[in-house]
Amino acid sequence: MTDKIELRGIYKIFGPHPEVAMKMLQQGIGKDEIMEKTGHGVGVANVSFTVEEGEILVIMGLSGSGKSTLVRCLNRLIEPTAGQVIIDGVDVTALDHEALRVFRQKHLGMVFQNFALFPHRTVLDNVAYGLEIQKVPAKEQKDRAMQALEQVGLKGWEATYPVQLSGGMQQRVGLARALALDADIMLMDEAFSALDPLIRRDMQDELLSLQDRLQKTIVFISHDLDEALKLGNRIVLMKDGYVVQQGTAEEILTNPANDYVARFVADVDMSKVITAETVMVKPSALAYMKTDGPKAALHKMKAASISSIFVRHEGKVVGMVTADDASAALKRGEKSLEACMRRDFPRVAPDTPAIEMFQVLAEISYPVAVVDEGGRLKGVVIKGSLLAGLAETAQAGEAS
Amino acid sequence: MEAYRIPIGYWIESFINFFSDNFAFITKAFSEITERGLDWSVDAMMFFPVWVLILTFTAIAFLLSRKRGVTVFTFIGLLLIWNMGLWSATVSTLALVLVSTLFAIAIGIPLGILAALSRVAYRVIMPILDFMQTMPAFVYLIPAIPFFGLGPVAAIFSTVIFSMPPAIRLTCLGIKQVPKELVEAADAFGSTKGQKLMKLQLPIATPTIMAGVNQTTMLALSMVVIAAMIGAKGLGGEVWKAIQRLQPDKGFEAGIGIVIVAIILDRILQQFGVRKN
Repeated sequence: MTDKIELRGIYKIFGPHPEVAMKMLQQGIGKDEIMEKTGHGVGVANVSFTVEEGEILVIMGLSGSGKSTLVRCLNRLIEPTAGQVIIDGVDVTALDHEALRVFRQKHLGMVFQNFALFPHRTVLDNVAYGLEIQKVPAKEQKDRAMQALEQVGLKGWEATYPVQLSGGMQQRVGLARALALDADIMLMDEAFSALDPLIRRDMQDELLSLQDRLQKTIVFISHDLDEALKLGNRIVLMKDGYVVQQGTAEEILTNPANDYVARFVADVDMSKVITAETVMVKPSALAYMKTDGPKAALHKMKAASISSIFVRHEGKVVGMVTADDASAALKRGEKSLEACMRRDFPRVAPDTPAIEMFQVLAEISYPVAVVDEGGRLKGVVIKGSLLAGLAETAQAGEAS
Repeated sequence: MEAYRIPIGYWIESFINFFSDNFAFITKAFSEITERGLDWSVDAMMFFPVWVLILTFTAIAFLLSRKRGVTVFTFIGLLLIWNMGLWSATVSTLALVLVSTLFAIAIGIPLGILAALSRVAYRVIMPILDFMQTMPAFVYLIPAIPFFGLGPVAAIFSTVIFSMPPAIRLTCLGIKQVPKELVEAADAFGSTKGQKLMKLQLPIATPTIMAGVNQTTMLALSMVVIAAMIGAKGLGGEVWKAIQRLQPDKGFEAGIGIVIVAIILDRILQQFGVRKN
């Protein structure tokens, strides 16, 4: 993975004398105080992060957090006060007017919250707009626009006008308009926020499946954490113009950087985002197939006060022995664990959501093994550890 | 107080004199050409039998408005004018309005675009428009004479000045009213300023601009009437004559003719603006 976009110390200050406000910001004076004293609004303050090629990065924050301003700094619809935007090694902030215009045409597709479709143009002409202004030959314009419309499932609607379409369909047109450009970066400013929840979910799924095929670099702005979790490979969380935390969904949820993040994530249904890896515990004892027999296994279980034990062989977990099975085997006089061990023990992958583990755990009375692709035992999940894990993150969320 | 009178009137007069002394030969030449053109178009219209023209105007009204009411009104209204013996006056009024409106639009719409796109231009143009619109219309007649001489061209000049502001204002307004998000979209896809203007701003502003054209036409009509005082002929000339001779019958007949022409122009242009939407 290489860095596609890099932001270095981006600031945006609104007002006639931004340098004054900049100085105050650097002295650590807050946004509200600067507003009160100088009348300057701080939109974005010292934001730096990178976006990897082919990933979806979600910039998340409440309204007024500067996320929409930030995404406009990326393509300079809003001119940043300070800082650099580097895309593919090109310093976008240093481009002159004409170069910037061409750069936008080639690299930066954008999708808007309220669709921003041109009401006087047909769906096809809307989608072809970006190509038209690049003076692409008419035939190719039409072909590429049609192809983009097909990708978003709007074939057959090309002759209609935007007002004749529902909100969801309009945003598909908006998406197609950006896709038709064949730009490698898509900026999506609250692209699905104006849609009703069911349509929004459809569009999210659609975007994910498009992304599977197209592998664009997507910067997605959202105020909805569920959406961020669903779409984002990584999430950048903003407040008052600053980045308060960035990382994967998991990192942000389980380890909120501060109260603000914690409050933000408190509303999320934890069982959807907590995975096996988060709530698993180390097994208190393990049996080894090569050396341990039923007697040793029973002893280990007794010592750790557990009623079942996982059996390891050559670094991999190969089975599970319950106390009942082990003592039965002992009575029969067996020396090896191989005969009494269950090979069809319940197991889950490390990224299994907690909600699925509830179902697994409900049906059995012993722990679930967390096993990675290599068959290695990463840990075990028992009912107690699952609930404790959830309670802990929930508490962290409510701590403020 | 009056001992130290500021010579505003003197300054303006000197300014006008300076221009008329040095540039009047240009404006007079322009005046000649325009007057010939105007005469020619009036003659051309008068060449056809009246009923042919009435039918032609009615057909135009129908084609532009596509409304039966407007069409019928145009037909009956023009017949009434013919009946009152005001046909040739009406034709010359129409010609004056047409020419003045074309000039006003040709100057006004580009200025409106400029005002919408440039903050500096906006700050310069808007106060001038306020001045132009509050100044009594008659005043424009006076400087028109040294430049263009008595007659229809001086009338056209003062009419253009008087009727241009709505074309500028509403063009500017229409472009400024284009939703910010659409302009952003056009920018985000890398449009040039010209592309943005031609492909987005002007098409979306068209209904508003057409409302401006409508108002400009109405103002031009009212000014063409006033301009009769400096020698514009037509319906206004009839009214002016009636005032001087104290003939209420002739005055009201010409007045009714103006009302009919106004209603026809208004309805046709209004429909035009709406249909574009």
